[in-house]
Amino acid sequence: MFDLQGKRALVTGASGGIGGAIARALHAQGAAVGLSGTRVDALEALAAELKERAYVLPADLSDPAAADALVRAAEAALGGVDILINNAGLTRDNLAVRMKDEDWQKVLDVNLTAAFRLSRACLRGMMKKRWGRIVSIASVVGATGNPGQANYAASKAGLVGMSKALAQEVASRNITVNCIAPGFIVTAMTEHLPEERRQKLVEIIPAGRLGVAADVAAAAVYLASEEAAYVTGQTLHVNGGMAMI
Amino acid sequence: MSDVAERVKKIVVEHLGVEASKVVEGAHFIEDLGADSLDTVELVMAFEEEFGIEIPDDAAEKIQTIKDAIGFIQSQSKK
Ligand SMILES: NC(=O)c1ccc[n+]([C@@H]2O[C@H](COP(=O)([O-])OP(=O)(O)OC[C@H]3O[C@@H](n4cnc5c(N)ncnc54)[C@H](OP(=O)(O)O)[C@@H]3O)[C@@H](O)[C@H]2O)c1
Repeated sequence: MFDLQGKRALVTGASGGIGGAIARALHAQGAAVGLSGTRVDALEALAAELKERAYVLPADLSDPAAADALVRAAEAALGGVDILINNAGLTRDNLAVRMKDEDWQKVLDVNLTAAFRLSRACLRGMMKKRWGRIVSIASVVGATGNPGQANYAASKAGLVGMSKALAQEVASRNITVNCIAPGFIVTAMTEHLPEERRQKLVEIIPAGRLGVAADVAAAAVYLASEEAAYVTGQTLHVNGGMAMI
Repeated sequence: MSDVAERVKKIVVEHLGVEASKVVEGAHFIEDLGADSLDTVELVMAFEEEFGIEIPDDAAEKIQTIKDAIGFIQSQSKK
């Protein structure tokens, strides 16, 4: 089960905690992986660790031209893209009354608009091949909201709506489009939280622990697999029971 | 039959999996050949590739029959 040999995956944000874990997990199932992010040294370290079937594809997704160029580079390096993991994301938290336009825009641009552009660019090849998997990393916050994260929550809820629309457009071509909504996962994005907040969070998580990147990666492997062919337009919540939606 | 017409028909037969005898000049992709809207987009992509041309969205919308496709492609290659 979940064999990905012969599949080619493009993972954005592969220089980060969750993206790195997803790239490792897809690779372990046999996929060739395109590793994208802005920090080339981190991408190169991961490629070196994976040894074979790993390609470093740097891109700054806040640049509107970057998504199309990245897909072209991925198709050139891998020979095509069967699996797209839209994982690159960032936060610019602030209460709405204090949030600057540029903080709103930057988060929407990278988290949502780039994911759309990447999906659009990959769909052509997937439609031709009559096979494809698009998995976008949303967030529990996209479903529940969170004070200080109007921009981030909007971008993550946007991924869910986008995925449902795309899923309906391309389901007849054996292409599935889904989201994973992680709860609280220990990565660079979350490690700056004060210990006290962390403790409080653990208390509201029925599983009694914070998540790790591998918890999210396992869900990505499943959704990318042949076995998940009949699952599309869905959001898989990986949150230790923190929110049951 | 012109070379363009033949190549267009071949693409349509292959893509839609319909019988060649049904793919006549007047055939409408959606009404006569059972294409859905995504099929029409894919056909346009296939024409672009086969003939090395760009078919802009407003032109693509007007390509609804075999004849429309042949006409548009011929007008492009004459340029
Ligand atoms: N950690 C959590 O609790 C949690 C919960 C829910 C959802 N998520 C989502 O999971 C995804 C991964 O987050 P993470 O926790 O692994 O955080 P992370 O370690 O900070 O990783 C974020 C990744 O996004 C990439 N990225 C950011 N801005 C970019 C840009 N402009 N262009 C290209 N890539 C860019 C980063 O690449 P560089 O560093 O190379 O720029 C990095 O690889 C994000 O979408 C996040 O919203 C995380």
